[in-house]
Amino acid sequence: MNALDTFRDAVGESGAVCVRGGGTRWAVGGLPRPGTREVVAPSGVKRHDPAEMIVSVGAGTPLGDLREVLRPTGQETTLDGPDGCTVGGVLAVGHSSLRRARVGALTDALLEANCVGANGRAFTAGGPTVKNVTGYDLCRLLVGSLGMLALMGEVLLRTRPAPEHALWLEGEVEPDEVAAACYRPSCVLWDGTTTSVCLEGYQVDVVEEVSILRRLGFREVGGSPVLPPFRARWAGNVPEGAVLEIGTGVLHQPLPADLPLVDPAVARLAGRVKVSFDPTGRLNPGRDPYREAA
Amino acid sequence: MEVLGPDRVTDGSAARRLYSRDGSIIEGGRAGPVCFPETTGEVVGCVQAARVHGRAFVPRGAGTGLTGGSVPCDDPVMIVTTRMNQILEVDRGRRVAWVEPGVVNLDLAHHLAGSGLHFAPDPSSQQACTIGGNVANNSGGPHCLAYGVTSAHVAAVEVVLSDGTVVVLGEEQGDSVGLDLRGAFVGGEGTLGVATKIAVRLTQDPPKVATLLLDFVEVADAATTVSAIIAAGVLPAALELMDRRVVEAVEPFVHAGYPLDAAAVLIVELDGLPGGVDHEVGLVTRIGSQGGARTVRLAADDAERDRIWKGRKSAFGAIANIRPDYYLHDTVIPRTKLAGVLDEVYAIAERHDLLVMNVFHAGDGNLHPLLLFDSREPGVMERVLAAGEEIVRASLAAGGVLSGEHGIGLEKRRFMSLQFSPEDLAAQDALRRAFDPDGIANPLKVLPTGASCGDVNALDIVPDGVWV
Repeated sequence: MNALDTFRDAVGESGAVCVRGGGTRWAVGGLPRPGTREVVAPSGVKRHDPAEMIVSVGAGTPLGDLREVLRPTGQETTLDGPDGCTVGGVLAVGHSSLRRARVGALTDALLEANCVGANGRAFTAGGPTVKNVTGYDLCRLLVGSLGMLALMGEVLLRTRPAPEHALWLEGEVEPDEVAAACYRPSCVLWDGTTTSVCLEGYQVDVVEEVSILRRLGFREVGGSPVLPPFRARWAGNVPEGAVLEIGTGVLHQPLPADLPLVDPAVARLAGRVKVSFDPTGRLNPGRDPYREAA
Repeated sequence: MEVLGPDRVTDGSAARRLYSRDGSIIEGGRAGPVCFPETTGEVVGCVQAARVHGRAFVPRGAGTGLTGGSVPCDDPVMIVTTRMNQILEVDRGRRVAWVEPGVVNLDLAHHLAGSGLHFAPDPSSQQACTIGGNVANNSGGPHCLAYGVTSAHVAAVEVVLSDGTVVVLGEEQGDSVGLDLRGAFVGGEGTLGVATKIAVRLTQDPPKVATLLLDFVEVADAATTVSAIIAAGVLPAALELMDRRVVEAVEPFVHAGYPLDAAAVLIVELDGLPGGVDHEVGLVTRIGSQGGARTVRLAADDAERDRIWKGRKSAFGAIANIRPDYYLHDTVIPRTKLAGVLDEVYAIAERHDLLVMNVFHAGDGNLHPLLLFDSREPGVMERVLAAGEEIVRASLAAGGVLSGEHGIGLEKRRFMSLQFSPEDLAAQDALRRAFDPDGIANPLKVLPTGASCGDVNALDIVPDGVWV
C-alpha cells in the first residue's frame, strides 16, 4: 500500500477529522472542534523535475526539507511560512509569501493535488502540467480552504528559478518613492516611519537598484524585519507596532485581529460549496475563516 | 416581465442563427431569445426571466471561443455582454482596473498604453475577445509563460449567480478571505454565473525587452532547445514555436524575415532590468547555437520586434489561403516531451491524409496543432475528428492534459473521463452544483453528461457510463 492509500484509510469515511501539519498556524481559522481526530499527511519530496519546473511532494513534508532539496538546483517554490510549517499547511492556510510581487500569489503555485474527500475516497484536482484549464480549477479553491473541503495528501507544485542575488534595505522614506524608483521590488514594507525593501534578481541589476535607493536614503540591512505574528486587512492606517505590506493590503500586527467581515451572499455561496464537498461537516469542523456581515 | 427594451432583445431567426455558433467548428446549437444587457441589474433581469420561463441561460462575450463553450443547447436565453464595454476605473497606484465584461482585450491594452502598466493575458484573439470571455475561459496567450494565465490577473469579479443573486468574489488586493471563490469562478466557462464587473491586476511594463528569432533545420532541435532554455533557469516572457508550413504561409504577407527554408523557428522574448536581459540574451544565444540553431537574430529595434510578432499573431489568418477550414487543437504536454509528441502529431496527420501546421506556446508545452481541410470534401470531417482524437490521446499518454487555454466547452467533454476518474469528476461537479444548484447556467458544458446538446452531433458523443 502506498503512502496515499495509507493516508486515505487514515481519513476514513466517518467521524470528524483534520490533518495536523507543523501546528504553526492553527490561529488562522481557529482550532478544530474538540474530539476531532488528527491524521498526518505523507511526507517527503517525491520527484523534482527542473526542466519542467515542477516538484511533487507529500503534503506533510516540512517546508524546510523541500527547500533543502530544491536549493542545489537553483529553483524554489513560492511557498513561505514560519519555521516548522509543512507544505500542506502553507497551502491550507493560503497566505502568500512576502515576496509575492516577484514570485506570484501562493494560490498559483498549486498545479495538482491528490486529495481525500469527505466520503473517504481519493480524488485528484488539477493536472500535471504547468498550464491547464481542463475542467474546474479546484486547486485554486483548495488553497486557503483550511482543509474544510478535502484533505491534501500529495501535491504537485510549480517551481521557478531562484534569484541570483537578494538583499534588504531600509530607510526613513515614503514607500511610494520605491515604486517610482524600482522595477518590481520583491517586497515593500512600511511601519509608519521606516520603509523596508527587498530587491532580488541578477546581481548586476540589484547592484544598480541599490545605488538608486541609496541616493533616496536607504541603507542595506541583514534581512527582512521581524514581523509581528498576526495578520489583518489594512484599513487605512498603520497602528503602533504594525507593519503594512505595500501592494497587498496585508497588515502584520502584534495582536490578533477580529475575523474579517464578508457579505452574507458570499458567505451563503461559500456555505453551499462547503456542504457540497462535505455534507456531514466532518472535515476540520469548527474552523471559521470569517464572520458574516450583519 | 419587461427586462430590456425591444431594441436590446431579439427573438428573430437571423439573430438566433448567428448566436447559435462560436469560433469553433461546432454546428447545431439552438439559441433562444438574444439579450444585450447594459447593466448588472439588467443581467439579473435576464437570469430571472430565464428562470420564470423555465429556460437555461448562456453568457456570451465576443463568441471567439474555440470549444463550443457558448454554443447554446435547447433554446436558452443568450446573455450577450458586448454592450457592457466600459473601462470603469484605472487605479494606477494600486495597479487595479475595474472593467465591464464586454471590454475587448486589445481595447484595454490600447487604453493602458503609455501608462507604464498593462494587462498581461494576450490571447491570439485579443483583437476581438472580451475580458469577460478571458475570465470564463481562464485565457492564456504568448506572454502567460512568465506572467501566468488570466486567473493570476483577476483580483475580483462581480458575478450574477444563477438564482439572480449578485456577489463580489475576491479582493482588490492580497489573498482571498475564506474560500477562494474568485479562483473557482475563473475558468468556469459560464457555468457558474455571469461576470458583470471585473477587477483586473495591472502589471508594470518591463524596462527592457529583447526579442530573438532562432531558426532550425530540424523541428526536433527547436523543441529540444525549448526545454534546454527552461532547464538553464531562464523563464522567458514568451517562447513560441512555428513550423515550416506556418512560416511559408505568413512570411509572404508580413515580411518578418523568417527564413523560408527553416523547419521551425522559435520566438524568444526576454524582459526585465537591462543587466539580466543582456545576460539571458547571451545564454539563449549559446543554448540555441549548441542546440542546432542556424541563426539567432536579435531584433534591433521596436519595428523589427513588431514584425516578428506580427507574423506570429497573423498565423491563423494567413492559413485561409491554404485551405478554407481549420480545426485547432489545444493540449498541454510536459515540455521535455515536445519533440516526440510533435513527431506523433505529424504522423497522425499523415495517416489521415490531412495538412497540419504547428504554431504554439512551446515554453509551457501548450500545443496548438491546426488541421487544415476543405469541409466541402466528402468524408473529410470524419478524418479530421479521428485525427483530433488521436492527438488528444497522444498528449494524455505523454503525461499531458486536455486543454491549456481554450477550455472544454462541448468539444472536449467526451474526453474528460480519459483524464479524470469518476471521483475526480464528482469533485468538480460538487463545485458546479454549489454555484448553480438548478443546472441552468450554460448547461451541458465542461462535464460529461448523458444528455446531448441541441442538434450538435459529431463532436458531442459522450459514451455511456462516463458522465457525472
